[in-house]
Amino acid sequence: MIRRWVLLALALLAFFAAAVLWLNLRGEEGIPADARPIAGTPAQIERGAYLARAGNCVTCHTQRGGAPYAGGRGLATPFGTVYASNLTPDDETGLGRWSPAHFWRALHHGRSYDGRLLYPAFPYPDMTRATRADSDALYAYLRSLPAVRQANLPHALQFPYSTQAALAVWRALFFRAGVYEPEPGQSAQWNRGAYLVRGLGHCGACHGGRNFLGATPQGGLSLGGGLIPMRNWYAPSLNAVDQAGVADWSVEEIVALLRTGIAPRGSTLGPMADVVLRSTQYLNDADLRAIALFLKTLPQEGPREASAKPPDPAQRRLGALRYEKHCAGCHGENGEGGRSAAGRLLYPALARNRTVTMEPPANLVRVIVHGGFLPATEGNPRPFGMPPFAQTLDDTEIAAIATFLRSSWGAAASPVPAQEVARFRGGVAD
Amino acid sequence: MPSSFAPLGVAILLSALAGAHAAPLPDTLAQRVSACTVCHGKEGRAAPDGYHPRIAGKPAGYLYNQLVNFRDGRRRYGPMVYLVDHLGDDYLREIADYFAALDLPYPPPPVPNAPAALLRQGEALATQGDPARRLPACTACHGTALTGVAPAVPGLLGLPADYLKGQLGAWTNGQRRAHAPDCMADVANALRPGEAAAVATWLASRPVPQPSRAAAALPEAPPQRCGSMPP
Repeated sequence: MIRRWVLLALALLAFFAAAVLWLNLRGEEGIPADARPIAGTPAQIERGAYLARAGNCVTCHTQRGGAPYAGGRGLATPFGTVYASNLTPDDETGLGRWSPAHFWRALHHGRSYDGRLLYPAFPYPDMTRATRADSDALYAYLRSLPAVRQANLPHALQFPYSTQAALAVWRALFFRAGVYEPEPGQSAQWNRGAYLVRGLGHCGACHGGRNFLGATPQGGLSLGGGLIPMRNWYAPSLNAVDQAGVADWSVEEIVALLRTGIAPRGSTLGPMADVVLRSTQYLNDADLRAIALFLKTLPQEGPREASAKPPDPAQRRLGALRYEKHCAGCHGENGEGGRSAAGRLLYPALARNRTVTMEPPANLVRVIVHGGFLPATEGNPRPFGMPPFAQTLDDTEIAAIATFLRSSWGAAASPVPAQEVARFRGGVAD
Repeated sequence: MPSSFAPLGVAILLSALAGAHAAPLPDTLAQRVSACTVCHGKEGRAAPDGYHPRIAGKPAGYLYNQLVNFRDGRRRYGPMVYLVDHLGDDYLREIADYFAALDLPYPPPPVPNAPAALLRQGEALATQGDPARRLPACTACHGTALTGVAPAVPGLLGLPADYLKGQLGAWTNGQRRAHAPDCMADVANALRPGEAAAVATWLASRPVPQPSRAAAALPEAPPQRCGSMPP
C-alpha cells in the first residue's frame, strides 16, 4: 500500500518536472552546430546602437562610473541582488564567444551561453517581443564595443530563488517567448509604438507592477502602475487619467516629455529621469511619435472617486506653515508653479498636479525627501532642481506638507500620515 | 450646456489669479543652484547644522571633481548622489564655477570645546606633519594659509569639525575616493587613532582669512602625486 503511494508521488513529481522542462524549452530552435561569433555590417552596428538605447541596456549593464556595458551593477530585488553581466565582447568575461544564435537565445528565450536560465531582472519577458533582425543588430553593436575584462559578479539571492529549479518553475508559470505580433486593426505607426513600448523599451517592467513572485501581470502587458520593488518609487499607471495616462495630451507634449524630460503638464524625476537621460532622448522623431500615438490609445480609467477622509486640521495647518516657509518661494503661494519673466515654467505647479494626489503618495514623499534635478538632456541641458529636505524637515513635517498639498486648490486626496513618509523615504539608490 | 463650460471658466479664473500674484523668478544659474543651498547654506557658505561643508570659494576644479565623483560612485553620500545623478559634465562644471567664484566673508569659528593638548597635536600635524612617518603636513598640499590651491585642492578652513572627521573616516572605509593615485586615502589611512579628530578640531577652530581665495600655486612641489591634481 505504502509502496503504491510512493510510486504515485514519484510519478506525479516526474510529470511535474517534465511539464516544467517542456514549458521552459518549448519553441527553442537550438543552437546550430556551426554557430560562431561574427562581426556585423556597419548598418547593423548603427541600428544596434540605436536599439540598445531604445532598450536602455546601458543603465543596468554599467556600474556607476564603470566601463559602459561591462556589467557589475546590482539590481536589488525582494529575492536578493541580481548583478548585470558584462556585455562587451571579452572572450573570458563577456560575450566574446557568443554567436548571434546564442544572443537570440538569451534575449528571446532567457537562456545564457552555457544553457543556464537567466533571471528575469534582465527583462527578457519583454524583450522576447523583439524581432530576430533587431536581436542580430544589437548583437552586432555589442560586438563592436571595446572588450573589457571584468568578471561577472555572482548573484546574491536567497534560497530557493537562487536555484535553477525555482527559476524553471517561475518561467513555466510566467514566461512565454514570442515576437510581437502586429495588431491587424491598427496602423503601422501604432504597431511600431506598441513594439517599442512592449518590447525593447520594457516599459511594463516598471509601469506594469509586479506580483509577489516578481512577475508582471497580464503576461507582461499591463501598464497599470506599480511600486518599484526596493527602490520605492511608484511607476504610475499609463491607463489612468489621474496617474500618468496621456490620452488627453497632444503627441507633441508626449514627445517633449520623452525627449527632454519636461513637458507643459509633467516632468521626470527618479527612475524615469534615467530612462529619458539614457534612452528616450535619443529616439528619433518617428519612433517617439509612434510611442506617443500608442500611449494615447491605451484604455483609460476615469478618476477614482474621492473618498478621502478630511485631514486633521492641526496637521494641515502645520503643512501650510511649512509650505509657506520652504516651498512657496518656487512653487507659488497658490501652488501655481514658478515662471520666468519670459513665461518659461521653471518649477511645476502643485495645484492640479497628478503626482501630488496620486495613490500611493510614494513619489510625492520621495521628491520632498530626496529632491533631484530633471535629467540634463540636449533639449533641457541646464535643468532646474528640487532641494532634498531629508535633513531640514522630519517625517511629521513632510507628512504635513504632503497632506496640505493633497487637500488644497481643489484637491481632495487622502492625508499622508508620518508613517507613510517613513515607509516611502527609504529605498535602494542604485 | 452651461455646466460643461464651468470648469474651463474656473481654470481661466484661477490662472488669471495665479498670474496676478506670482512674481516671476529669475531664469539664472543662481536660481538653479537653490537646490544646493538648502543644505550648504545661503550662497553655499555652510549651514549652521554643523555638518554640511561650505562650497563657496572652493577651487572650481575641486568642486567639479566632487560633483562627478558623487555621480560616478567614487563618493557615496546618498543625498548628493540623488541630486547630481542625471546631470551632465558641462552643467556640473558650470555649477562648480559658480560656487568657486563666490568670495564671501565668514563669521569667526565657534570656540572649540577641546583640551589645549588636542589642539596643539592637531596644529603640529596640520602644519608640520610627522616627518618620521613620512606623513605630510596639510599645508604641504592645501597651501600655507590652508585656503586651498587652484585648480583642484580644496581649502580646509570654514568647515565643521564633524564634516572633516567624517571625510577622513570615509577615506579609510572606501566611502570617499578620488581619482587614482588617491593621495588623501594614503594620508587618512596613515593616521593613528585620535589624530584625525585632533587635526579636524584644530582646523575647525581656525578663522577663514579674507580673502579666502585658493592660492594660485604651491611654493614647493607637493610631497605626493595626486590623481585629482593636474600634473
